[in-house]
Amino acid sequence: MVFIPHTDEERCEMLQAIGLTDMAALFQDVPEAYRYPDLGLPAPLSEMEVLQELRYLADLNMDATTAPMFLGAGAYRHWVPSVVDAIISRGEFATAYTPYQPEVSQGTLQAIFEYQSLICDLTGMDVANASHYDGATAAAEAVIQAYNVFRKKRTRVVLSPTLHPHTRAVIRTYTQGMGLDIVGDDDVTMPFEQWLSLVDGNTACVLLQTPNFLGELEPLDVLLPQLRAQDPEALIAVAVNPLSLGLFKSPGEYGADIVFGEGQPLGLGLAFGGPYLGFYATREKHVRLMAGRVVGQTTDMEGRRAYVMTLTTREQHIRREKATSNICTNQGLMVLAATVYLSALGKHGLRQVAELNYHKAHYAADLLDQIPGFTVRRDKPFFNEFVVQCPAPVAEINDFLLDGMEDVSIIGGYDLAQAYPALENAMLVAVTEVCTRDDIEMLAEALTAFTNLGE
Amino acid sequence: MTEPLIYELSAPGRTGVKPPRLDVPEAELPDSMLRDDLPLPEVSEIDVVRHFVRLSQLNYAIDKGMYPLGSCTMKYNPKVNEVAARLPGFANLHPLQDESTVQGALYLMHTLQEYLKAIGGFAGVTLQPAAGAHGELTGVLMMRRYHQARGDMQRDTILVPDSSHGTNPASTSMSGLQVVQLPSDARGNVDLDALRAHANERVVGLMITNPNTLGLFEENIVEVVRIVHECGGLVYGDGANMNALMGVMRPGDVGIDVMHFNLHKTFSTPHGGGGPGSGPVGVAASLADYLPGPVVILDPEHSDDDHPYFTFYQPPQSIGPVKSFWGHFGVMVRAYTYIRMLGGAGLREAAEHAVLNANYLRSQLRDVYPIPYDRLCKHEFVAEGHFADAPDIRALDIGKRLIDFGVHPPTYYFPLIVHEALMIEPTETESRQTLDAYAAILRQIAEEARTQPDLLHEAPHSAPVRRLDEVTAARKPVLRYQRS
Repeated sequence: MVFIPHTDEERCEMLQAIGLTDMAALFQDVPEAYRYPDLGLPAPLSEMEVLQELRYLADLNMDATTAPMFLGAGAYRHWVPSVVDAIISRGEFATAYTPYQPEVSQGTLQAIFEYQSLICDLTGMDVANASHYDGATAAAEAVIQAYNVFRKKRTRVVLSPTLHPHTRAVIRTYTQGMGLDIVGDDDVTMPFEQWLSLVDGNTACVLLQTPNFLGELEPLDVLLPQLRAQDPEALIAVAVNPLSLGLFKSPGEYGADIVFGEGQPLGLGLAFGGPYLGFYATREKHVRLMAGRVVGQTTDMEGRRAYVMTLTTREQHIRREKATSNICTNQGLMVLAATVYLSALGKHGLRQVAELNYHKAHYAADLLDQIPGFTVRRDKPFFNEFVVQCPAPVAEINDFLLDGMEDVSIIGGYDLAQAYPALENAMLVAVTEVCTRDDIEMLAEALTAFTNLGE
Repeated sequence: MTEPLIYELSAPGRTGVKPPRLDVPEAELPDSMLRDDLPLPEVSEIDVVRHFVRLSQLNYAIDKGMYPLGSCTMKYNPKVNEVAARLPGFANLHPLQDESTVQGALYLMHTLQEYLKAIGGFAGVTLQPAAGAHGELTGVLMMRRYHQARGDMQRDTILVPDSSHGTNPASTSMSGLQVVQLPSDARGNVDLDALRAHANERVVGLMITNPNTLGLFEENIVEVVRIVHECGGLVYGDGANMNALMGVMRPGDVGIDVMHFNLHKTFSTPHGGGGPGSGPVGVAASLADYLPGPVVILDPEHSDDDHPYFTFYQPPQSIGPVKSFWGHFGVMVRAYTYIRMLGGAGLREAAEHAVLNANYLRSQLRDVYPIPYDRLCKHEFVAEGHFADAPDIRALDIGKRLIDFGVHPPTYYFPLIVHEALMIEPTETESRQTLDAYAAILRQIAEEARTQPDLLHEAPHSAPVRRLDEVTAARKPVLRYQRS
């Protein structure tokens, strides 16, 4: 038996102690007609065999670190310092439960407290929770928080059309039973004034993203006052790429009410989409309507500083149907990874990594702009991702980059037509610190070769 | 000694891990948008390693000893799972890569969907939900959508037994539905008369945990399902306790319409100090069209006998995605590894030994701790943590005293229907020796409760910290580092 330590003798003695004679008697209360179905699962494998099978499966995939990659759109390939995996691999962190027993969970609790502090410092906000499942579910919780701030009396939610499409979809899924009026994102070409006018006295929340899904940095210094002028009370929730905050002013500095986002860039691997991390920060006055776990500082009986989960009267295990959210399990180990990442890079390292992203993306944009038929969209400044208008459908170009050249495969950018039918032939190109100058130049050469194909 | 905060280890000008060099020309930065200050710690790599290693040593964990938290299934987390999830061909996949370049990952997801269908007796599975509560929200939204699609618009109520997890009513209200709580009967089952009284045309469905949170098999499960179905409602199974039933009974076979699995409980993936989990949801055929998208299917157009080709598919009436991308793939790899190593017979053996261990431990404690529903239990049982002749002792005191013996307390004060509840789930991966040692400690504590009650009131004595001032923590919240 695998992972079961019992000997035959122990099993017999244990059954005897219970007053039973065989294992089947343990299930005498299960209706007989349904007992012991044949699951039809394949025969068990040893550890060696299962790893052989898994290696075979893994090798069927194209490891994104083996090719120059320019795909982002919400998940980014970054360099993760070795110290991150070394720490999160420790069994003391990985095999612990939620820290409900603070006396034997100070490691997890203090790490979460440090994470909350780091997120507050990065975002310029007062309080942060211990995480959501990802950036999209954090957005849904922001909408629910805003809805509750207005005691469910304001029902309009205005979304920026350049919020990540998954974020917009998940907000709709989460809130489908709440009767909200979710507007603003059906047309990415909608004039700004028209979008702004959607914000009214019935608006609980406006959500926008910077850098937005097109990679552009939103001018929050102008935008937030404009939104406040429309309605001074509606909450403004801003999604942000946390790595960009190594370089740029935080939404908190501009006066946002909620700042949230996808924490994957903070030292989490790609892992085919998860597990990642939704970070979430808000103003102190809203803390009791915020969802999720929160860790606070206190003292023990002997006066020593210590940490404990607090404000739990917001949570489902205490408040049941009146809780601020149903969230229970969160992204504990991913929170630890982000905490170690931010600590290991620190004040100077995070700034440097953010600058590397900025410079490399701009170098790539300048090169691509020079290729006949390709034009980089430069309406607003950008961080590490930008839109290039292409002379052909992006799917066609990406096929060429992946399979059309003899010696090299390149993973191209995101095809924006998938999310925005109006944005035909527009590629969203992500360039991070792991892209070398050679990678970038190879992309430019490949795109040039593509344009020459038709001639 | 108290471990300093990472901020307190900081020294101005100290640098940590070195980023790569800049190999392109610098671009002009937009000055007005740049931040003036980034108040992050300035520490070296060795500071970081020592700090977090020291923190780790303050934690209790499955890797250290028995962790019998009821409802949490703290079984051994095999190390091979970690190796599997870190294989470069899994760990380094971008979620939006071309499908042709991720066929191994899609095969794994498709196969895991099939395994969970087989284990639960379901027609469809989504792997997208990130945790159990997330699976509940997914399931309740699907039930709601099912009725609406049939034009059955007046249904607005979910029935929830009083022994249920707090997530059940919370997921219900997030879905915009009302909660009606059902009492339990004297044997710990759902009270059938109360169920009949509330089974009407307003019912969206019933959420039921089986075995329930008392660790008891719902003896009337077939009748419960029949009553709910007869009033037109659906039955949601909270799969948190599936470790008792793998290979023993398939919830789908008795008519459960929708259920979430907890890969981080039943299928051995680590809890990570609170996550990440994974909460796939299985459904009967009647609900398959409402699954959150996408699910992975075999693409017949691009497949032949030797080369299956997998693709993402959006169910036609999907409630919509509940998460970015496809779910917690890294957790799926671990659960797949576990299921492959156990096979069908191994899963059944795991359930059998989980139930054996719980009943054995119950047999070793029942003369010392009151057990209000003292019948054959499944993977866990609930005792009362108080004694008539030691009235000042509470479940909390017993739990805290356990810490002094180097083991983890059970879940306490849940379920709410048991006074001073101690909810004990040993799991199958604990040996008889470990169980005997745990029982001996609990017996000693019961003795101490009478002879030296202060030992319990002031426990723990030997943990990294003593009991905490939780009241001040909540009244005057300090939720981030305070710069002096």
